Amino acid sequence: MSDVLELQQITKSYGGRTVLDAVNLKLPAGELMGLIGPSGSGKSTVIKLALGMAQADAGVAHIFDIQMPDRQSLGKIGYMAQSDALYEALSGYDNLKFFAQMRDIRVVDEEIKRVATIVNLTDALDQQVKGYSGGMKRRLSLAIAFLGEPEFLILDEPTVGIDPALRRQIWDELRRQQAQQKTILITTHVMDEAEKVDRVVLLFDGRIIADDSPAALKARYDVSTVEQVFLKAEVEAGK
Amino acid sequence: MMKSLIISQRILKELGKDKRTLALMFLAPLLVLTLMNLVFNTNATPHVQIGTVQMPATMVKQLETVSHVSQTTYPTVTAANTALKAQRVDSVITYNKTTATYQITYANLDVNKTTLAKSAMQSAMLHDKLQSMAQTITQLTVHHPVAAQPQATLKQTYQYGDSQTRYMDTVLPILMGFFVFFFVFLVSGMAILKERTTGTLERLLATPVRRGHIIFGYTFSYGALAVLQTLTIVLYTVDVLHIQIVGHIGWVILTNMLLALVALSLGILMSTFAASEFQMMQFIPLIVVPQIFFSGIVPLDTINPWIAKIQYILPLTYVASADKKIMMQGLGLTHIWVECLILIGFFLILTGINIQGLKKYRRV
Repeated sequence: MSDVLELQQITKSYGGRTVLDAVNLKLPAGELMGLIGPSGSGKSTVIKLALGMAQADAGVAHIFDIQMPDRQSLGKIGYMAQSDALYEALSGYDNLKFFAQMRDIRVVDEEIKRVATIVNLTDALDQQVKGYSGGMKRRLSLAIAFLGEPEFLILDEPTVGIDPALRRQIWDELRRQQAQQKTILITTHVMDEAEKVDRVVLLFDGRIIADDSPAALKARYDVSTVEQVFLKAEVEAGK
Repeated sequence: MMKSLIISQRILKELGKDKRTLALMFLAPLLVLTLMNLVFNTNATPHVQIGTVQMPATMVKQLETVSHVSQTTYPTVTAANTALKAQRVDSVITYNKTTATYQITYANLDVNKTTLAKSAMQSAMLHDKLQSMAQTITQLTVHHPVAAQPQATLKQTYQYGDSQTRYMDTVLPILMGFFVFFFVFLVSGMAILKERTTGTLERLLATPVRRGHIIFGYTFSYGALAVLQTLTIVLYTVDVLHIQIVGHIGWVILTNMLLALVALSLGILMSTFAASEFQMMQFIPLIVVPQIFFSGIVPLDTINPWIAKIQYILPLTYVASADKKIMMQGLGLTHIWVECLILIGFFLILTGINIQGLKKYRRV
């Protein structure tokens, strides 16, 4: 199967500081990949460059074999940014409806009902987002990404501020999506989440320092958790 | 197109939840217009109190015939000057018999009063001179009779407006445009700034929406708002303030809607240079205030012609010019199309820049 996302020699610097240094990355269809790294390691930049929302200094990004940026390809992507990016004056329903229309989704009401159930917001849909708690906003933002069952989900820190029970529910949903051959790219700094992905990509100081399945990584570094892998790999990379 | 409408619908819905901003857009102009109407309601000139010392009786009589001027006689210069200091009189005139000169001292706290006192005195002196000439002529005609000349009379007609036309009538076309410009610029600039800072703009551009759709979404919603706002202001000034609009209201709405579109695109453009709402406010003295001074509220005849040229780059100038033609001269599209085209030009250029500007977020 072909790659959903392919980054070739992507380099990006902001104000003289190199954020990404010749990053190569392939994400095959149907895979759930976790992009892991400390804050400032360039996780969000990888996503922005992949979507074509920032311009790389060098290198190219392809999504579904089409070079980004490409407006039409964005219709197949469900994107959730690190900031909640919601219209606070509107209700949760209005937010979902608006983004559904922007994404050319046809049966809007049923779709809203479906995604609201996943994130457990059905009862709060009529309230103004202004009155939502931090976790509720995060969930609404996630629900927007789920709209229309996109083939490729890009989620930037989706579970920040979400309680454990709901976090499990969201992971179940991600697994369910994956079972339907959807591809998922998720960034996180929660290490127990890193255990749940098919493949861990460790980003450190703008470079990929490890890229394998959690089990393989643990075996290679001879440790029992991804967290320890992360710490060991970081020390090695720092040398 | 469809998406632009959905975006504009969303913008209007958001605005609808913000009752205070709506009130600001629709009620604040009415409040300010009402206050201005009260302040500038009279076309009366100020009243001047003149103190005189040792004035010839004929001059005193002449001075009293000048309207808006009253006269008090003081026995000494000291007494008169005391009255001047105590602001009981606005000017003091002293007559020196030996040199036959009048000495006039102005309080000069109010320039209008100074001017009025000056012209009152000049007119009194002129009349005094005329009267003595008339007496001489009368004496002469006793010896050399001539046919009486028909007395000339003065009849006044007003090309536009009438003798009741007040300052308020002449500045209203400018004010109306100013309100539309100010509120649309500020509110739309703030709205898109909020989209930038909260990340919704970025998220919106992560969908297949076209950049132009977003800009036109803003255009539709604020264009509609400007029509409503202009209607409110026009109806209020006509029905409540009883200010006469000679031409067709439709043209006024047209020009103000075009101005709103310019204000909107300028607001969107300036919001790219602002990192916060406070920084957006900082554009008011830079962008909004100069427009009032250069659009005709203050006459520009006397200032340096090079500085006066600034008015040509300010959109409000063209609206003021067009609205004046419509509201005071009763002219229609055939006389205002140049102004309309210039406004459309402003709008198209700024919109083009704005659509390009969104490339910062997405290059296609």
